[in-house]
Amino acid sequence: MTPTSPQTLPQNNEGYENLVKINMDGLNTLSLLVGGVHCAVCIQKIESSILKLPLIKEARLNFSTGRFNIIWEGSAALANQFVKIITSLGYSVNPYNSDIEKTTLDAENRFLLLCLGVAGFAMGNVMLLSVGLWTTTTETMGMATRELLHLVSGLIAIPAVMFSGRPFFRSALSVLKKGQTNMDVPISLGLILACGMSVFEIFQHGEHTYFDSAVMLMFFLLIGRYMDFRARKNARSAATDLIKTLSGFATVIKDGKHQRILIRDLREGMTVLVGAGENIPVDSVIIDGRSAVDTSLITGETLPRDVSIGDMVFAGTINQSAPIKLTVSKAADDSVLADVVRLMEKAEQGQAKYVRMADRVARAYTPVVHILAILAFILWFGFLNASWQDALMIAVTVLIVTCPCALGLAVPVVQVLASGVLMKRGILVKSGDALERLAVIDTILFDKTGTLTIGKPELVGQYDESTLAIAASLATHSRHPLSKSLSSSYHGEILSIINVTEHAGQGLEGFYQGQEIRIGNRSWCGVTDDIPHTDNLEIWYRCEQEPPHCFIFKDELKTDSKSTIEALRKSGLTMALLSGDRKNVVTSIANELGIQNSIADMSPIDKYNYLEKLRSENHKILMVGDGLNDAPVLAGADVSMAPGTAIDMAQNAADIVFMGNKLLPVLIAYNIAVLTQKLVKQNFALSILYNFIAVPVAFMGLITPMLAALAMSLSSLIVIANSFRLRRYK
Amino acid sequence: MSIIIVLIPIALILGLIGLGAFIWSMKSNQYDDLDGAAHRILIDENDDDNVTK
Repeated sequence: MTPTSPQTLPQNNEGYENLVKINMDGLNTLSLLVGGVHCAVCIQKIESSILKLPLIKEARLNFSTGRFNIIWEGSAALANQFVKIITSLGYSVNPYNSDIEKTTLDAENRFLLLCLGVAGFAMGNVMLLSVGLWTTTTETMGMATRELLHLVSGLIAIPAVMFSGRPFFRSALSVLKKGQTNMDVPISLGLILACGMSVFEIFQHGEHTYFDSAVMLMFFLLIGRYMDFRARKNARSAATDLIKTLSGFATVIKDGKHQRILIRDLREGMTVLVGAGENIPVDSVIIDGRSAVDTSLITGETLPRDVSIGDMVFAGTINQSAPIKLTVSKAADDSVLADVVRLMEKAEQGQAKYVRMADRVARAYTPVVHILAILAFILWFGFLNASWQDALMIAVTVLIVTCPCALGLAVPVVQVLASGVLMKRGILVKSGDALERLAVIDTILFDKTGTLTIGKPELVGQYDESTLAIAASLATHSRHPLSKSLSSSYHGEILSIINVTEHAGQGLEGFYQGQEIRIGNRSWCGVTDDIPHTDNLEIWYRCEQEPPHCFIFKDELKTDSKSTIEALRKSGLTMALLSGDRKNVVTSIANELGIQNSIADMSPIDKYNYLEKLRSENHKILMVGDGLNDAPVLAGADVSMAPGTAIDMAQNAADIVFMGNKLLPVLIAYNIAVLTQKLVKQNFALSILYNFIAVPVAFMGLITPMLAALAMSLSSLIVIANSFRLRRYK
Repeated sequence: MSIIIVLIPIALILGLIGLGAFIWSMKSNQYDDLDGAAHRILIDENDDDNVTK
């Protein structure tokens, strides 16, 4: 037995001074990863709490990435104080890993924006000149003026295309090298040929140039590209989060001294001290102390497991009640946690095979475009006796009008709008194509704890007010989930209880008005097994010789679980419940919800195997889960959702994260996904319809630069207008 | 028509000023945290109190 009080617990905010870097001005800089930032108030609270300290030069929190940069003068050791302050505000703090992946994403984002900016500038100016050209002819304007305007347009357009066309050129080149083709090939070809032909026309003193079409095409397509990039940016590999889990510090006892070292530097045989409330950093064996360990990360279960000397504990679980000493049995990279992560990496690779709808359309579309252009050339040059310049000009216009901006905007606009609509309802879509995959699912797999249920045991039943007051006041002294739940269900004044001691794995003891009171398990309160056990969780309360009271807790279903499941079934989806919990609990919940398939006692590996089996039968699967034990399935399923209460790794593995204590978002997301897909298909249909009109006109050689510009903007506008119908979703 | 000799350069210069402003705003990290910027507008305190000292 190791009695302890919260004041003596070691704090998890030391060692950060080692991460401080000195910048060019000789000031200290520190990057932290702050978790739990949701709104403007959070940003302000965190920033101002640091800024009000002396010597601080800058403190800025990036809301999108959670990165918090602090720059200050003076001692590097202040770093630990910052961490302490932010932690005390209730936010989680981890060292920020400036991994390469993120910086390349930022660079790509900037590159696209810069291209878009330059293309926008070029389009604005070229259009300004072109309006004059469109509305006049050689007779009214005069040849000299016309050629001047052509020349100026060219001087703007050609450098702009060379600069801003790079995203398309690069992508086209890379697929051509592999002997394949994608949508960027006709786009690049169209841009280059349109500019090339226009230069030729200038020298020939021709009447029309196509610089305006080229820059317009480029500008619209870049908008689509940028939107697509922003929609997909958030989807990063969840497996890299292992670094985050293993990036903190651990307290090592060496030669009788405490030392803080990075978790990844822990080696087999080292002795580690883990305080109450801290994460267990590595798989290890307890050599001293007795405590309760929250294993929800590995098993998904809420109730802690009692451990003592000789027991094995796993990385990622949380030591709850008392400090323990451990001997490291495996280095961090070999832990069970790391195994789960490897399983996830495997799962993610499997998912990468998915081909997005836009790409599938492009695959069918590009050969057609090329063939049409070649046919146009052959027809005019070979059969209609046009000069080769005219024939080429017609072929190029066919190429330009057939790869319309509408096609490039068809998918990203709807996806960005759908993400916005979902965001307003507290549903965060992390990868742009998630909705596309969600729309075609036929099976949903649910986790139980925290997904269908609230995930926290809640006090149920009626209790005597004064008994509850005393028991709840005593319970405030403990971190045990049942104690927390007991104290939070009491809303009155907290009574003062003295001499409280916690006995790991058994219960609490204290004195109230001179009487000894206890809460805890049966034996702790002297309850015999004469009183029958139930499936429910219980805390007993005893005051000296009075008869004991029992408080009953249940992990209740979310209020709308039943109706949501019902509605999903009506949409024709099959559902299954996968849980690591005991069989009778799982079956009773499945029956209550009307889910026919339920499997209990599943390990993370079992869950993943079940998924593989369904996938081999060609089912399209949505996984909804919240624990680490669900993470491989979340990563491997066709599409996955996690509640905002889920652990970070599950949230990162999921494609969609939803806030609030409801299940309804699953239904909303599914409905919007289906609607989104419908609109995307309509957009494709509109683009193709446009081609049916535009291609024959281009084939006949009747397209002028003005018509091309008109057709392009009109088709784009129609597609955008159609996409906005999504906003009307109720 | 000779007025365009003046007007075209003016249009180009105005456009370039806009482009320059855009590139400047991008270089000074104003597009790095668009979601954060959307939230920051709600913080009603003096600028010098919450951004930089």
